[in-house]
Amino acid sequence: MDASVRELSYAQAIQEAMALAMEADERVFLMGEDIGVYGGAFQVTGDLVERFGPDRVMDTPISELGGAGIAVGAAMTGLLPIFEFQFSDFATLAMEQIVNQAAKMRYMLGGEVSVPVVMRFPAGSGTGAAAQHSQSLEAWLGHVPGLKVIQPATPYDAKGMLLAAIADPDPVMIFEHKLLYKMKGPVPEGHYTVPIGKAEVRREGRDLTIVATSIMVHKALEAAAALQGEGIDVEVVDLRTVRPMDKATIIASVKKTSRLLCVYEAVKTLGIGAEVSAMVAESEAFDYLDAPIGRLGGAETPIPYNPELEKATVPQVPDILAAARDLVKGRS
Amino acid sequence: MATAGKAVVAQQQTNLPFAYRQYSAAELKEALRKMYLIRRFEEGAEDAYMRGLIHGTMHLSIGQEASAVGICMPLSEDDQITSTHRGHGHCIAKGADVKRMFAEFFGKTTGYCKGRGGSMHIADVAKGNLGANGIVAGGIPIAVGAALSAKKLRTGKVVVSFFGDGANNEGAFHEALNMASIWSLPVVFVCENNGYGMSTSIERSTAVRSVADRAAAYGMPGVVVDGNNFSAVAEASQAALARARRGEGPTLIESKTYRYRGHSKSDRNRYRTKEEIEDWMTNRDPIALFEAELVELGIIDQAGIEAVREAVRKEIVEGIEFAKESPMPDMADRERYVYTEAA
Repeated sequence: MDASVRELSYAQAIQEAMALAMEADERVFLMGEDIGVYGGAFQVTGDLVERFGPDRVMDTPISELGGAGIAVGAAMTGLLPIFEFQFSDFATLAMEQIVNQAAKMRYMLGGEVSVPVVMRFPAGSGTGAAAQHSQSLEAWLGHVPGLKVIQPATPYDAKGMLLAAIADPDPVMIFEHKLLYKMKGPVPEGHYTVPIGKAEVRREGRDLTIVATSIMVHKALEAAAALQGEGIDVEVVDLRTVRPMDKATIIASVKKTSRLLCVYEAVKTLGIGAEVSAMVAESEAFDYLDAPIGRLGGAETPIPYNPELEKATVPQVPDILAAARDLVKGRS
Repeated sequence: MATAGKAVVAQQQTNLPFAYRQYSAAELKEALRKMYLIRRFEEGAEDAYMRGLIHGTMHLSIGQEASAVGICMPLSEDDQITSTHRGHGHCIAKGADVKRMFAEFFGKTTGYCKGRGGSMHIADVAKGNLGANGIVAGGIPIAVGAALSAKKLRTGKVVVSFFGDGANNEGAFHEALNMASIWSLPVVFVCENNGYGMSTSIERSTAVRSVADRAAAYGMPGVVVDGNNFSAVAEASQAALARARRGEGPTLIESKTYRYRGHSKSDRNRYRTKEEIEDWMTNRDPIALFEAELVELGIIDQAGIEAVREAVRKEIVEGIEFAKESPMPDMADRERYVYTEAA
């Protein structure tokens, strides 16, 4: 490993990106609930307040709508705010400012302003926090033109995509799966970016394309390793960006493998899998398909408290194995 | 404070209203011109709407002109405002060109928003108007964010957030006022209380007698002012701006006024009486009151008033002509401005 590449957790990688950006540009600052001395509900901001002071690591009252709106106004007038939602579920309290203001301001004003705000959303289930602290709402925001919505799956991408988001002139929403915060991976020191709008082929294969998002990328890779022993060669595409979606990478992969399975944690219906499936069905890859397109998503229920129920509510590795075998079984 | 050496109308020690101790005759005549311009602009827009030249809807502020012009009177060009769905007056008061406003209403590329925003999103960013807003109270947190920029970037700017009485029951109002106060931000909250949020009267919607009473909950001064009295509004604005510029934080001004027209073009005026409307129009019209004061103090005579009116009429006619003749957007550009184009 290169000397400048360390093993960092996903949370450390995000913190490092924010610190680098704040060191490089004094317009960058953080806003959020309990992100100062508390260090953030998931310790992502950690001790940044000690390094940068309370004016740049600003604790807000519990006021998601007002706080998000202040971030939007600050972004319109020369600052580069990074607004942390304590849980992605609390986006519901701020949808007005995100959807009506941040997303549309540039358009409504005919290009006279831009809104370079970054909003961070700790998302997903698996922490026993039940229905109001475990949702995956990225498709909600992905439905809104004017926003960019990203879901980095690795520490490397978390840092590089956050730095890309901070440099982006438009509002970027980052969904960070809470179970990834402690995951470690190689992260280079210093500044680098990972482009928004580009999917990544995490594993090459010939028999089946799995398009996965966020934590499901890791479950898909685990499933792919097991399926290799059964003679099923799986390609795993990490979507990374919900909007704008990298159609070309997905289409190229499906043309190669002729089979598609979408795996995502959010509620299955009307979700990212529907968009990926329809996009492939509308594309030239449709003629290459040898099996129906499959989707694995969250159950049509809120996230439950009971840990076994909770696990059963979102796709797990055995579900991916079964779906993959099913799609590939009739191959010629 | 009066600019040093400026020939204000009256000296400080007189008991004439604030505006006459603060501003020169030329500045006061300009304020009157802007009030006329707002009214004629809105009458012109209404007429164009009736004739099918403007589509959609619009919310007219006729009757509220002293509030918009009075609040903006002490603002510098660098100071910023956020505005509302009833925002034509604010836009003109902050210095917008009515040509480009009409062009926007006509959906033309020469409009302030290149035909993408219309009446409800009229803005003039170069003059510090960060935009009207279709969401009641939507602009209030944005104004506080702009004030946070002013403080952090040390620009010396003050931000004025205009909103109506309807907005004072939105959560965004309360959250934004609280944060502006705890962070002592240079922002002035201006509630133009015209008595009705669409059809619901302030008495039926609001638990306190005065919107300004709510300032106490957020640790800031709450000031009630007669919104149809230009001088009173300008005086309240000046005091709030001075406080903001001193770094002492926000003020909530409640400017009590009245809209003559309905909420929007669909309004049948079934929630108020003709007598009430006529009383405001006959006895409390902000332009008539200001005009009478100016005449009484000898700042302008009838011929001068006629000259201002005529100049405004001409400006309106030219503005509508400009809008009519301006080009429509190119349909191939329909996805422009959604995202920032790569340089």
